[in-house]
Amino acid sequence: MSLTPLLDTLFPQGHRVQVAGQVITGEATTAEGAVAVLGTTDAAAIDHRMALALAGFVLDTVERYPGRPLVFLVDTSGQALSRSQELLCLNGSLAHLAQCVDLARRQGHRSLSLVTANAVSGGFLSFGLMADRAYALAEAQVRVMDLRAMARVTKIDHERLLRLAEVSPIFAPGAESYRRMGAIEAIWAEPDAGLLSAALAEADASDRRMAEGRSRGGRQLAEVVAHTVEMAVAA
Amino acid sequence: MSIPRHSYFEATARRRLAGLLDAGSFREILPPAESTPSPHLASLDLPGAFDDGVIVGSGRLAGKPVLVISQEGQFMGGAVGEIHGAKIVGLLRRAVAEKPAAVLFLIDSGGVRLHEANAGLIAISEIMRAVLATRAAGVPVLALVGGSCGAFGGMGIVAKLCSAILISEEGRLALSGPEVIETVAGVEEFDAKDRALVWRVTGGKHRYLMGDCAALVEDDIASFAAAAGAWLAGQQEAGPSLAALRATQTQLENRVAAYAAYRDGLQVWAALGVQNPESVPLLDRDSLVAIKEGLPT
Repeated sequence: MSLTPLLDTLFPQGHRVQVAGQVITGEATTAEGAVAVLGTTDAAAIDHRMALALAGFVLDTVERYPGRPLVFLVDTSGQALSRSQELLCLNGSLAHLAQCVDLARRQGHRSLSLVTANAVSGGFLSFGLMADRAYALAEAQVRVMDLRAMARVTKIDHERLLRLAEVSPIFAPGAESYRRMGAIEAIWAEPDAGLLSAALAEADASDRRMAEGRSRGGRQLAEVVAHTVEMAVAA
Repeated sequence: MSIPRHSYFEATARRRLAGLLDAGSFREILPPAESTPSPHLASLDLPGAFDDGVIVGSGRLAGKPVLVISQEGQFMGGAVGEIHGAKIVGLLRRAVAEKPAAVLFLIDSGGVRLHEANAGLIAISEIMRAVLATRAAGVPVLALVGGSCGAFGGMGIVAKLCSAILISEEGRLALSGPEVIETVAGVEEFDAKDRALVWRVTGGKHRYLMGDCAALVEDDIASFAAAAGAWLAGQQEAGPSLAALRATQTQLENRVAAYAAYRDGLQVWAALGVQNPESVPLLDRDSLVAIKEGLPT
């Protein structure tokens, strides 16, 4: 779905959103009140400029509109793959963006992200996965790497990965795997203003992805292991 | 008299901890005898490790209580899978309650473990939030980067979320590995076999000169211990603030505006004011620190 009909559907009460160089910034009205809208479009490969534009907009929102919820629209193919980007420490700019989102959370801004098309690897980590809760549209592609590339890198037979992907959400690409593992709260059949408002009302600052992943059967070990380490009696 | 050096780069994760912490002070949490290897690797008929490639625990550094995380680069490239990631998150949450003087995070990792790709990516996201929660609770998290796998992928982001990074010349810090960039964008974009170029773009000296790392340390476990102790003595975790992030934002924007066209460390170092940039790869640690300290700010 292209951006304008998506925005019209998510925010029927109105929106004012700009797109510059694949970066979305603006505001919209929801049943929960005014929200900041930001994200990327057209499978953006996140570079310094995009990360800093998003980070700056988060800081502006924290400064000018205390408490205003943040709605992230996620469409990223990952991070920009270039020597000049790495030379200037791209991981540092992505970390800065993540810190800005975390600051907003600590200052009382609820946040949710909606994966509209693609969510891949580093581009997803710095932003979509930093929201209080993440959601995905049914047709969204969520992954670290596709199985063919994974077969090449891990030197494991592609057929075998395909068979395992049918039973294991641990490495099968797709939004449903991420839902079962607790990182995506729910998958929406289509964009929906009512679901968005309900999701905003539910968002809270706790990271409960491990518990969700366990109760949904996708990640059986993480919560138990983390809890054991956290609570172990000192020797 | 010369003191025998123990290369941090070549040491195992356990050896690094033993050399870093006060003698006899290390206590492992969830040691191999109480743990199980990754069932996800087993389902691919791959050998696992009882510690899943990361050691967590407590100890003392220069007399101060610390919690520690040490990734084993020699197992699966230090990459983060479900158990590996959960051990790190659990340790960071423990730090929020226990309030040690610091968490020492010995990063040696290529990022997500592809064999458990989704679990690894989500775990790194949980580590990111846990690092920031630990710092917000007033506990500094100090990253040490000097192992054979560096800090790449999501672990490169995690490193930059820590309070500070100590790095050796041999340490590397970046997002995408040079091999990945070469594979996708071509050898003209990044020749991953050109070791000198890789170091000029991702290596410890470059990151230190650019201010992305707080200190440059010799490739020696005792030097890392001394630098970590010194850093800890002068550190107060400030907690997140709008003003601090605004300042970082301005600094990063200025840097991108000034240097966006460059593709080699040599160009950036010249622009920073380094007199003989081509000499930088040959300089020893102390000479480079002297140059950095003499640069205009």
